[in-house]
Amino acid sequence: MSKSRIIEQYEMRPKKWVSYLLSIIVIVAILFPAISTISFNGFSKSGLVVAKNIFLGIINPDMSFILDFSELGLPFLLLETAAIAFLGTLIGLIISVPLAFLAARNITNKFVSNIFVTIITIIRTFPVFVYGLMFIRVTGPGAFAGVLTLALTSIGMLSKLFIEVIEDLDTGIIESLDASGCNTLQKIRFGIIPQLMTNFVSILIYRFDINVKNASVLGLVGAGGIGAPLQFAMAGSKWDLVGSLLLGLIVLVLIIETCSDKIRAKLANG
Amino acid sequence: MINYLKSLFVPETFTLSNGKVVKSKFNWTIYIVIALFFLIILAGKFTGFSFETLVDKGANFFDILVKMVKVDFAYFPKIVGPMIDTLTMSLLGTVIGAVFALPAAFICSANLNKNRIFIRIVKTLISIIRTVPVLVYALILTYIFGIGTFAGFLSLTIFTFSICTKMLYEQIETLDNGPFEAMESTGSDKVKATWIAIFPQLRSHYFSTMLYNFEMNVRSAAILGYVGAGGIGLILNENIGWRKYGRVGMILIVLIVTVIAIESLSRFIRKRLG
Repeated sequence: MSKSRIIEQYEMRPKKWVSYLLSIIVIVAILFPAISTISFNGFSKSGLVVAKNIFLGIINPDMSFILDFSELGLPFLLLETAAIAFLGTLIGLIISVPLAFLAARNITNKFVSNIFVTIITIIRTFPVFVYGLMFIRVTGPGAFAGVLTLALTSIGMLSKLFIEVIEDLDTGIIESLDASGCNTLQKIRFGIIPQLMTNFVSILIYRFDINVKNASVLGLVGAGGIGAPLQFAMAGSKWDLVGSLLLGLIVLVLIIETCSDKIRAKLANG
Repeated sequence: MINYLKSLFVPETFTLSNGKVVKSKFNWTIYIVIALFFLIILAGKFTGFSFETLVDKGANFFDILVKMVKVDFAYFPKIVGPMIDTLTMSLLGTVIGAVFALPAAFICSANLNKNRIFIRIVKTLISIIRTVPVLVYALILTYIFGIGTFAGFLSLTIFTFSICTKMLYEQIETLDNGPFEAMESTGSDKVKATWIAIFPQLRSHYFSTMLYNFEMNVRSAAILGYVGAGGIGLILNENIGWRKYGRVGMILIVLIVTVIAIESLSRFIRKRLG
């Protein structure tokens, strides 16, 4: 008896194939016209040669360039990239902390918070390059423009994540400090900073990690770092140089990513 | 090593009223502050940071901005095409990247595959792919496939693949492994067990990862044109080069509205997906 009931229930199982079929039809209907706009012109004439050469360049990098410790060598470029990311993140931090406090719902009223959230959103949606080009007007091409650009682009993400942390503040602690007779500064020092510190540092390190990648790209608009030499090397068909630049970039980002993951895991576990 | 360093500094000792001696906890703050201070000065030297230029020429920043405010609305019809290119590039890149990411994530999840060495190798490879920024991929691929949307699409696909795989295997490793083991013990093979026992748990997360990636890809696709990989970045770059800032303003408005619309839509859907 029980077996027939099981079979009966099994026959009554929801028939999903209709919804599956419908969703597949919808997806194909969206994707099919899209495919036709992506024009595949085949490999460009020298495409395969280029691909092979870049690959060979990565395997067989230009050692004299890697070990060149002057201003033209790889170590200097990588350090410059890291320095741009580091300063950019710090300046971004200095600007985004007050912005985040002003935009947090539990600190200011709804009206003020909405204004600042909108400002942050607008700052965030501008493409990095536009900022880069605008700052080159200020500082001339070079690493300094990169620092300022990264500072401005970091604001969006940093303050958005900071707001979330601030809105999670446990007000009970502050109230109890108040009850024990602390003044405002003491409340900030012992009630607010300890709650925010680890999260803020963790977010900051995460953004630094992202900024190292961004800094390497900014060079393409002439804002310092490893991007510009990469583009010149590609344009000049110096494939072993391209290979060593890519290798340096990969190693730098991997090291920083690993360190940042380790530190953040440690911060999260206390 | 750290303990050795700590032992160099003699901690302050206190004698409590009950005669117990306690040592003060080691405080890192001051050393971290000093280290940061030197790093900042060093980085400032490296990047040529100067407040004077900032004060002197800071106003130049608004030069372009002021010119962009005089938006050239007549340019709008010419933006629609490239914008659609950008969107299709990111849509296709996301979907195809995410489709390839699914099996890759299954292969290198520690709870489905017990071969540690294999997992280590695949995960390292994927993080190496992930370290290269999208724009660098686009730069290289335009040299290989020629200038156009295909290079942009492919670089987005590669990037989505790597980041999706990471997000998915991190999620899979937290999933309930019981059904999978139960199916394996009844004699089904790994592929079938994964499909029946793991994928349904992952499905909503998979789609929300895909949407999140789509959001990110629209943003990056917008700048891919800078290296010639098609889309709205191409006309953005052209018009900046020609100093037609009114048009640039129009392009930015279209871009910002699209990005915000897609973000809100994706956030809405992701909330529904849970």
